[in-house]
This record gives sequence, structure tokens and C-alpha cells, in this order.
Amino acid sequence: MLTRRDTMALGLGAAAVTLVPGMASASAVDEAIAAFTGGASVSEGGVTITAPEIAENGNTVPVEVDAPGAVAILLLAAGNPTPGVATFNFSEGAGSQRAATRIRLGGTQDVVAVAKMPDGSFQQAALEVKVTIGGCGG
Amino acid sequence: MKITTKLWATAALCGAVLTGTAHADPHPDAELIIEGELHLATRAAPPEHLGGVLPEIYSGWLFRTDETRTLQMDDFDNPGMLFAERGEDRWYTADGSAGQSCADCHGDPESLAGVRAVMPKVNENGELWSLQNYVNNCRTERMGADAWGWNSDGMKDMTALISLQSRGMPVAVQIDGEAAEFWERGREMYYTRFGQLELSCANCHEDNWGRMIRADHLSQGMSNGFPTYRLKNASIVSLHQRFRGCIRDTRGESFPEGAQEFRELELYVSSRGLGLPVEGVSVRQ
Amino acid sequence: MSDVRPRIRLPRSAKAGDVVEVKTLISHNMETGLRRDGSGEVIPRQIINRFTCEYAGKTVIDMDLQPAISANPYVEFDVKVEGSGDFVFTWYDDNGEVYTETQSFEVG
Repeated sequence: MLTRRDTMALGLGAAAVTLVPGMASASAVDEAIAAFTGGASVSEGGVTITAPEIAENGNTVPVEVDAPGAVAILLLAAGNPTPGVATFNFSEGAGSQRAATRIRLGGTQDVVAVAKMPDGSFQQAALEVKVTIGGCGG
Repeated sequence: MKITTKLWATAALCGAVLTGTAHADPHPDAELIIEGELHLATRAAPPEHLGGVLPEIYSGWLFRTDETRTLQMDDFDNPGMLFAERGEDRWYTADGSAGQSCADCHGDPESLAGVRAVMPKVNENGELWSLQNYVNNCRTERMGADAWGWNSDGMKDMTALISLQSRGMPVAVQIDGEAAEFWERGREMYYTRFGQLELSCANCHEDNWGRMIRADHLSQGMSNGFPTYRLKNASIVSLHQRFRGCIRDTRGESFPEGAQEFRELELYVSSRGLGLPVEGVSVRQ
Repeated sequence: MSDVRPRIRLPRSAKAGDVVEVKTLISHNMETGLRRDGSGEVIPRQIINRFTCEYAGKTVIDMDLQPAISANPYVEFDVKVEGSGDFVFTWYDDNGEVYTETQSFEVG
């Protein structure tokens, strides 16, 4: 018979994320963005984030980012214990500056994408994803 | 985050209670078509033995969000296929002291088409066996290999592969004759309340399907999609593993995977879905 | 048997100059380093930390992955195909292993 501790240990990324006290502070998100931009200013728009309004399970949330013309896109989960998710660097062989992946979200939060444009400017967008917790799925 | 979580759960609960949207689920007209080619029925007439307790039977697929349903409609997007592919590697790989692979006896995996659809099934010694028992019997008796654990990688991969061979074939478990006594006990268990919350399978999946339980959509608890790739686990989950989760949610002491009780319950639950097609490796939340 | 297994989906055909969608998936637990085992010990982080795709000798995408990427990492992106060539997909594991998958692609 599994103990509760075993059950929790077996529990998956999202559960583990939930157990970690606290969440990424605003400054951790700002720091991640600053590390990406080198401190340059960031304007709104120019990036499209596609994600479900409500994710049935935070352990596997489909997310797509699209920033036409960008050279790189930084993807962050503002409410996770650490906000970093991925960085997509697009090269000459890319057919678009779009990428889709599946991510872990520890709870309802903003997903943030920052695009680096070829002229060195930066653009960003954010989208709230509600994560279902409770019931039998959480 | 705590506050957000609580508010959200409460909002969902209030939503369900206040609007009283009984049977807002299942999705009214979604069609499950794999790769634009294979149409899998997700609605069927209820089997006679249910005596009219369900107006129609529905695959759990119809109770999921657009994103989750979409994942199952494409064999590449469906991560469960990774497990079936690994299962195919194992199928052709010799294991155990006899130096045999599955293929040495069975040929290609396609030879097991239809097997998943009739599981669980009474074996030649009169015992009710799940697919996992048959797999392990091959391993220990014919191959001279160690039995796989119910939730082991090997078992997940192999049951995913074997189930996929029956994709589209209607669930066709035997419930009469030698299976009758097991089916009766499974039926009794289905209606027995478990745990501190005193919930039976029927309380959720017969009396309240289509409603919300906190933030989750209650399905009819059909088993034709199992083994399933569950987003929560990011892995293949067997029906017995799901049973354990349900009993845990009642705050009850569960049976282990593979227990006699769970094999009987598997038979009865499968029989509630008689007529729905095996979904091979489905995707659930 | 290796538990790490890549899957790739390319379109069946393409013409020169087309933009094609590529889907990739690799079986991997993406262990976050935040979980504990039954005895309370932290399970060490082990993730795929980088993924790259090249086509016909040109880099297409170079991705950094963090533990917030789901198990069995899925990545989908678009490639411009000027002519036939090889796709080379590479995943880098925290444990130092590198998994490579090469597929040739005919452009009609």
C-alpha cells in the first residue's frame, strides 16, 4: 500500500510544483526578461500566444508563440516557482517565427512571451491560462 | 496562489450548483476522427443489462476540453503512441531464459487484434484475467522472463501496443456463463460506497455524470479508452490505476492494481460500455 | 532498451520554396529536480535542456528548454525547404547524452 508520501512523490511535475512554497516573484520575471533583453525597453504587441483559456491539467498545457520576423522568443510562466520555460532561436532555415510546445503550469497564471526583433527591439505579450485544480484531475 | 486556487475551485462549484446545468456535458456534436480517416463512435445505445439507467452511453472523450480531444485525433500529437511504439520494439525483442520474443509465438502485433476488446476474460482455469495477467503469463511461462509490474514501463508499452490493435472494435466482454459470477461481484462493487466520503462508482458516474465535481467534469466512467495517456501523469495509465485514484478520492483504502476486486470491477465497468469502440490509446486530462 | 525514443512527423511531400510544418516528440521524463522520492530524497534534475533542427546544412531552430517543459517534450515549428536535403534533429540531455535523428526529405 502506498503511503500518502509515496503518492505525493509519485505525483507529477505539476503536483511537485504546487508543493513548492511561493511562486515566481514579479522580480524573477523581470530579471528573466532583463537577462534576455539586456535591459532594453520592451513594447507591447507583435507576439501572439495561443493557449487554452482553461487547461484541464497543468502538467501538459499546449502553448504556441508566433512573432513574425523575430530572431528569438523567450517564453515564461509568471506563476511558476521559477518562471523560465523555453527560448526559441530562429535561424535562416526557419519557415516562420512560430513554435508550439507543451508546458507545465503550477496554477492559474500569465504566460509571457518576449520577442527579440532583428533591429534589436523587443516586444511582448501575456495571456492568462486558468488551470483546473480540484476534482479528480488535480 | 492559494487564494486564486480556492476562488477558482469555489467558482466552479458555485457555477455547477447555481446554474444547475445538469448534463451540460457531454459535448453535443464532437466527432472523434483519427487522422481524418478512422471514425470512432463516441455514443452508443446503452446495453440492455443497464435497465435504462443511462439514456445513451458516451466515451469519456466527449467530456474533455477541445485541446484534450484534439490531441487524440492525431496519432502524432497523441503522446500515448510513443508507448505503443516502444511496445513494438519490445514485441520483437527476445527476453528471458527461453530466448523468445512475443513475435516468435504471435507473429506481428496485428495477430492480437480483438484481444483488448474482450478483456478481462476468464482463462482456461476459470480465473478472471486482465490483459496484464495474460501478458505476464506469456512472460513467465513461455519466455522464462520476470513478470512485469502492473504500472511498469514494459507493461505500459505492451498494453498500449496490444490495445491499439483493437482500435475501433466494439467492447465485447463476456458477462454470462463462466463470467457471470465475476460480473455480479463487479456490479455489486460498483454500487458499494467506499471511503470516508462514502461514494460508490455509481454516485459519480451514474447519478451525476455531466455535472461538475469541484472543477472536474464527471464522465460516465467508461473504460473503452484505457489504457489512456493521462495529461496529469504524462504517461500511460491503466484502468486499475484509475480505479485506485477514484477510491483514493473517496478517502478510502484502495485495492492494489491487479487485485481480484479490480478485475471484477473492470469486467463490470467494461460491460457498461458494451458497444463503444476500443480507442486504443486515448488521451484524457 | 533505451527509454528515450524520438518521433518525427514531416509532410508527405513538398515543392521547392514551401514552408513545411515539422512536429517532434521525444520520450523523456523531464525530471524537474523539485520532486522527492519515497524516502524523502530529492530526485535530481534530469531534463532535455536543448533541442536543435538543421535542414540541408542550415540551422532552423535552436531551443533552450527548462524544467517547465512537459514530460515527453513536444516541439512544432516551420521550415522553409528550398530543395531536397537531410533533416537533423538533436536533443541534449542533462546527463550528457545526445540523441540524434536524421531523416532525408525529397522536394519535388
